[in-house]
Amino acid sequence: MKRATNAASLPDIPEDVRAAVLEVTNRLKELPGALLPVLHGVQAALGYVPEASVPLIARELNLSRADVHGVISFYHFFRSKHAGRRVIYLCRAESCQSMGAATLEKHIKQRLGVDFHETTANGAYTLEPVYCLGNCACSPAMMVDDELKGRVTPEGFDAWLAAEAT
Amino acid sequence: MSITVYVPRDAGALSVGAEAVAAAIAAEARRRDADVRIVRNGSRGLYWLEPMVEVDTADGRVAYGPVQADDVPSLFDADFLHAGQHALALGPTEAIAYLKSQQRLTFARVGIVDPRSLDDYRAHGGYRGLEAALGMSGADVVQTVTDASLRGRGGAAFPAGIKWKTCLDAQADRKYIVCNADEGDSGTYADRMIMEGDPFVLIEAMAIAGLTVGATQGYIYLRCEYPHAQRALEAAITAAEAEGYLGDNVRGSGNAFHLEVRIAAGAYICGDETSLLESLEGKRGQVRFKPPLPAIQGLFGKPTVINNVITLASVPIILDQGAAFYRDYGMGRSRGTLPIQLAGNLKRPGLVERAFGLTLRELIEDYGGGTASGRPVRAVQVGGPLGAYIPVSQFDTPIDYEAFIAIGGMLGHGGVVVFDDSVDMAAQARYAMEFCAIESCGKCTPCRIGSIRGVEVIDRIVAGTVAERERNEVLLRDLCQTMLAGSLCALGGMAPYPVLSALDHFPEDFAGAAETVAS
Ligand SMILES: Cc1cc2nc3c(=O)[nH]c(=O)nc-3n(C[C@H](O)[C@H](O)[C@H](O)COP(=O)(O)O)c2cc1C
Ligand code: SF4
Ligand code: FES
Repeated sequence: MKRATNAASLPDIPEDVRAAVLEVTNRLKELPGALLPVLHGVQAALGYVPEASVPLIARELNLSRADVHGVISFYHFFRSKHAGRRVIYLCRAESCQSMGAATLEKHIKQRLGVDFHETTANGAYTLEPVYCLGNCACSPAMMVDDELKGRVTPEGFDAWLAAEAT
Repeated sequence: MSITVYVPRDAGALSVGAEAVAAAIAAEARRRDADVRIVRNGSRGLYWLEPMVEVDTADGRVAYGPVQADDVPSLFDADFLHAGQHALALGPTEAIAYLKSQQRLTFARVGIVDPRSLDDYRAHGGYRGLEAALGMSGADVVQTVTDASLRGRGGAAFPAGIKWKTCLDAQADRKYIVCNADEGDSGTYADRMIMEGDPFVLIEAMAIAGLTVGATQGYIYLRCEYPHAQRALEAAITAAEAEGYLGDNVRGSGNAFHLEVRIAAGAYICGDETSLLESLEGKRGQVRFKPPLPAIQGLFGKPTVINNVITLASVPIILDQGAAFYRDYGMGRSRGTLPIQLAGNLKRPGLVERAFGLTLRELIEDYGGGTASGRPVRAVQVGGPLGAYIPVSQFDTPIDYEAFIAIGGMLGHGGVVVFDDSVDMAAQARYAMEFCAIESCGKCTPCRIGSIRGVEVIDRIVAGTVAERERNEVLLRDLCQTMLAGSLCALGGMAPYPVLSALDHFPEDFAGAAETVAS
């Protein structure tokens, strides 16, 4: 079994990571240009694309580790570190700017006690900037995981946060 | 007989509470024993009225909005199911001035049909374009698209017919149709509205393109910020496959066409067609040199038609109604209609599809109703983050590709973002450079490094004395020239437009802190 021998030669991979990656690669690796779908699959399963998964992804797709690394680092969406339980994507782009996004951004950062790309101390929220959510007619906008929100005010954010906590 | 109530499932409508409204209507109907059928339509594009609820009555659809869940009991009390009077009543939907004055060709069905229903699509003229194409040769379809003078709606305004012809004429064992659904430009959402509100039109269009040029595989490259569109597209693809509109033998024509949605990963540059192809191939989204043109050597090295969502979605009606029908709309070399997206600080932001030729002023004042804040309009950015800032003195410019180029701007994907007089144009210029730095693919130095320098120079202009400001302004203009001339693609090559237009039209905002204090 060639596969088993190869697997043995890979560096230590936590069992959950190995299982998640193989589930995804077995399902998707025959797709032409499979790397992005695979990375999406891994991130959907684990919440991020762990460093430890790179050699396995590379082997399964017949790519070099450098290729896989290069792709993960190129795209803003893929993360190599664990995120909070929910990710808040706050729009920083022009339409939202014109409707007070800068004030909202300041408020949210202060309220959560984090800057962009950081996770709250309790592990609940990661804050990420995003450049347009296509909700510019309801600016300012944000997306929490894949839930879109529009006409967000500082007060509205606080109310949402309070409702989340209950 | 049950009464049909429409509550949009459009992401924008959901973002302001449409889901809760739909649930409240269902619950209240049950409580009152009312026989109600709820259809989750797309948005009509009147976003300041979202969530906008419509009721099907004997006299056509009537609208209520913006509705929140706690308005629902009072709507029932007012007998909205029979067009009853209510504070939120808007009257017959089609009579709302904002909608009535539009010329909806590409958006003909959006907000009207159930986007999950193929029957509804066909009942509203769907698949007539494909039926027409099936009776024509590829060359004839290309000729029709060419005669309609359809230009690419993704930004570059390149004639679609020429692109299709190049791909048709290319000899290869395999060809591809790629839909650019990356919709990265801020201030734009027309692609999203089509994909969520009328996904079958895009599927029909891509099948037409495939049959026309001899491509058997299509990909929709969809930005990852659009999960709602993804769900709508995937549901529609499944339905189209089940009825033979996609698959090994499209409508018994003997031709195969398969379609798949691929999700992007948050890089603005992947909206550039060559970068997008790299990304689809599973690589870093770095821009390719052209030639070769994608129509000759595109995805996986094969001839590829790559078009924007709106470009493609405009093809079925052209084939159904004929080239002349479409071409008769518009002005100059800008033919047909443009779905314009009004955004930013406006009382009535929303989608306005009109023939080319109306002015920016009509859009901002008549449709948009002025600013949401009630303050005077000061600047408008048209065409996304790389578009110029336009001052009020140029508001009589018509919506026309060439007219915008003439004032140093661009129409791009048709996004219009309005700012009131509280805007700081130096901050907007700084943001344009910052955005370029964040999103640069890294291939060219003027773009990668120049944009970072640009941010620093603008900071020095704003912080400095008069002498420093003058010196740094020269530097900034030089830098912009270097980026304009030395960039491979429009990211580095056009990021100077918002910067220079801010500097040219709003120099007072760059007056240093020292000066402001002194004056
Ligand atoms: C930096 C950059 C970003 C772009 N983003 C998009 C986009 O998000 N959507 C799009 O359709 N075209 C975008 N384009 C234009 C595409 O390169 C290309 O012109 C378009 O997909 C062709 O389709 P069309 O002729 O139908 O417009 C972008 C171009 C550049 C240089
Ligand atoms: S201009 Fe910028 S984004 Fe475009 S190819 Fe050059 S480095 Fe990449
Ligand atoms: S600019 Fe914020 S959603 Fe488009």
